[in-house]
Amino acid sequence: MTNELDYLSRRVAAGKLSRRDFLGRAAALGVTAPFANSLLSSAARAAGPVKGGTLKAGLVGGESTNSLDPALMMTQVPFAFGKCWGEMIVELSPDGKLENRIAEEIGSSDDAKVWTLKIRDGIEFHNGKTVTAQDVAATLERHSDEKSKSGALGYMKGIETIKANGKEVVLTLKEANADLPYLLSDYHLIVQPNGGKDKPDAGISAGPYKVKVNEPGVRHVGERFANYWQGDKMGHADQVEVVVINDATARTAALQGGQVNMINRVEPKIVDLIKRVRGVTIRNHSGPGHYVFIMHCNTAPFDNNDLRMALKLAINREEMLNKVLRGYGSLGNDFPINASYPLFTEIEQRKYDPDKAKFHYKKSGHDGAVLLRTSDVAFPGAVDAAQLYQQSAAKAGIKLEIKREPGDGYWNEVWNKQPFCASYWGGRSTQDQMYSTAYLSSADWNDTRFKRPDFDKMVLAARAELDEAKRKQMYHDMAVMVRDEGGLILPMFNQFIDATGPKVGGWVDDPHQELMNGYALAKCWMEA
Amino acid sequence: MSSPVVKLVAQRVALGILLLLAVSVLIFAGTQILPGDVAQAILGQSATPESLANLREQLGLNQPAYIRYFHWLGGVLTGDLGTAMSSGQDIATSIKERLWNTLFLAFWAAIVAIPLAITLGLIAVRYRNGWVDKMISGVALASTSFPEFFIGYLLVFYFAVEHQWFPAISTVYDGMSLGERLQAIALPAAALTLVVLAHMMRMTRAAILNVMQSAYVETAELKGLSAFAVIRKHAFPNAIAPIINVVMLNLAYLVVGVVVVEVIFVYPGMGQYLVDHVTKRDVPVVQAVGLIFAAVYIALNIIADIAAIVANPRLRHPK
Repeated sequence: MTNELDYLSRRVAAGKLSRRDFLGRAAALGVTAPFANSLLSSAARAAGPVKGGTLKAGLVGGESTNSLDPALMMTQVPFAFGKCWGEMIVELSPDGKLENRIAEEIGSSDDAKVWTLKIRDGIEFHNGKTVTAQDVAATLERHSDEKSKSGALGYMKGIETIKANGKEVVLTLKEANADLPYLLSDYHLIVQPNGGKDKPDAGISAGPYKVKVNEPGVRHVGERFANYWQGDKMGHADQVEVVVINDATARTAALQGGQVNMINRVEPKIVDLIKRVRGVTIRNHSGPGHYVFIMHCNTAPFDNNDLRMALKLAINREEMLNKVLRGYGSLGNDFPINASYPLFTEIEQRKYDPDKAKFHYKKSGHDGAVLLRTSDVAFPGAVDAAQLYQQSAAKAGIKLEIKREPGDGYWNEVWNKQPFCASYWGGRSTQDQMYSTAYLSSADWNDTRFKRPDFDKMVLAARAELDEAKRKQMYHDMAVMVRDEGGLILPMFNQFIDATGPKVGGWVDDPHQELMNGYALAKCWMEA
Repeated sequence: MSSPVVKLVAQRVALGILLLLAVSVLIFAGTQILPGDVAQAILGQSATPESLANLREQLGLNQPAYIRYFHWLGGVLTGDLGTAMSSGQDIATSIKERLWNTLFLAFWAAIVAIPLAITLGLIAVRYRNGWVDKMISGVALASTSFPEFFIGYLLVFYFAVEHQWFPAISTVYDGMSLGERLQAIALPAAALTLVVLAHMMRMTRAAILNVMQSAYVETAELKGLSAFAVIRKHAFPNAIAPIINVVMLNLAYLVVGVVVVEVIFVYPGMGQYLVDHVTKRDVPVVQAVGLIFAAVYIALNIIADIAAIVANPRLRHPK
């Protein structure tokens, strides 16, 4: 009975149950009104952040080869731990707006070419020094340097000059970009003393936690930074810990056994079982990540748009979503953008149509089997998905031959090299980023070899457009072009599926990345 | 009396070192054959031709292979295993901790498994072909036949999730007391014990049964010694050599073959370390770990040889 009352009072505190309903149910459980009222007030208190304790996450995506250098962060563990010790210039909030952090104000010239960041006063690094405009400028410089091997290099190359001027940093871009503030929220751009030029992997920034233990591939521990500039918003637990658990079963067992308070990447096929475990809450939410089959538009036989169209029509998206993702996702429509992006517009959903596929296939004049390469690592369930695809295509008279490639080396030897294979994208925070990374003719990661000068022009024009309505229309036209003429077959967008154990408070779903965009450890707390 | 033994031991050790050198050549050659190179592996999906060229230059991958081999061998002999290419950390330092963890787990698994296996073997011989023998063999063989991950998951399910007596993950780190460490490794040690048990137990049983056919055992029986006394005093000492051999093989397995168990229990040992670096094509680490594994294997085999020699008077006093 107490458990039920606890549960009900927490629902009231979370705004999911009205106070009147609560009192009614409490009475049904035989509790007197004054006692029920006192329960409620304690639940309301508990709904605010609770300071203290240790918050532990068991995460996949850590290896003994990880480094604390933000430029080299690629997988989930460095990403999530980076959000604990690192402080950003600007942050993308869950509703898609920008929240200023080290930058107090971001302004641009009318042509979106010169951007000024005003640096906030009184933010302190873990080593006691104050964050200055020079540090921010040096950080951006390091990530724009080819030698840094930074994961943010692709966007940073667009910045021509970086100047620190008193309390301001002035950025001059090579080409106008209305999205610059979004780019600055990239998780690699952790502000470090002198930009980390002296010791990139020192693990010193101005985030809510100081790095206490750093054992790559094993565990990372952060200790609350007493002088954090925004202690009421983040850094509630005294200590946060990331334990690397790459094995999915071990991860779930650790959550059930209470060794960790949250985990990432619950497998869709076991979500329904985990849901039944007492105290465990599944946190699933859609994001920009998607699973794809990609064709090279410039390689025979995929240089024929009729064949590409036939293959797009021959995939049964609903079936794949239900069988591979067990419904934990949404339908794709052959362009890489969905509602999690700003300025998204709906376009008519493409459906499985064997007859039309047959028509286009015939028109393409292609004969014989089409070779599709897949692998376990392409995305979870990629081998099954390829088999489903094979069957649905067979009904349209298209013979798909499936080649299963070893996971080891898939990203070097197959992806972005072979003309037709399975892959995934994590998505980006803006449409411009997504299209610039993978659909510009000059992009290194143009994995569909979609090389269209007219499309490139549209990308650049949309990037420089400050009028939102016009921009929205441009993105709509670009999406239609990729959808109808590109080499992308996008059957489904996947969801992030995290899970938390008992007593984890403060969770807010964030559509941008898993684990509240990496902030789960920094922003959640342990309820008393 | 000791000189032939010393000579034999010296011979074995010298052979072992020679073998280790040969292995080092093989390891080096093997890592050269792997497809792709470190630069590609480090950059992964984000590799562009320019960044690849930059990184290759920086890592010295453009030198010929034999120069890199001697450079590496020289380093190893002076205790310098180099730095990991992917993370820039000193390999010797990272390995020291990992190796210690692996040895710690292997030690406790062995402490339980070896006496248990030998005792069970002795009991099986005493009651040979009876139901006790059949039950011991049956259970031991069953536990060995199940794949390690299955046994691991069963233990996790029952002892960590259902009853929460032991933690499901075995992360160990500095600052843990011995008791905490032992609690953390209880489940992986149990899984390893179950995996190696049958091999040692069956070998003990077979070796002793073999000796039991001898005339002197019959004499001992006719003298009126009890069944256990016959086994302990007459059969076991004469069967010790093959038992030591199989024990050493299993010890070696406990050190070098525990990758799966390490992954399931998230134990920070050598196996996990090796796998991480193989996927990153981090050649210096793969070479160093390979060499250490080879050294452990060879050393344990030498010990088995020497122990067999010392235990056998015929080898100790060759005519």
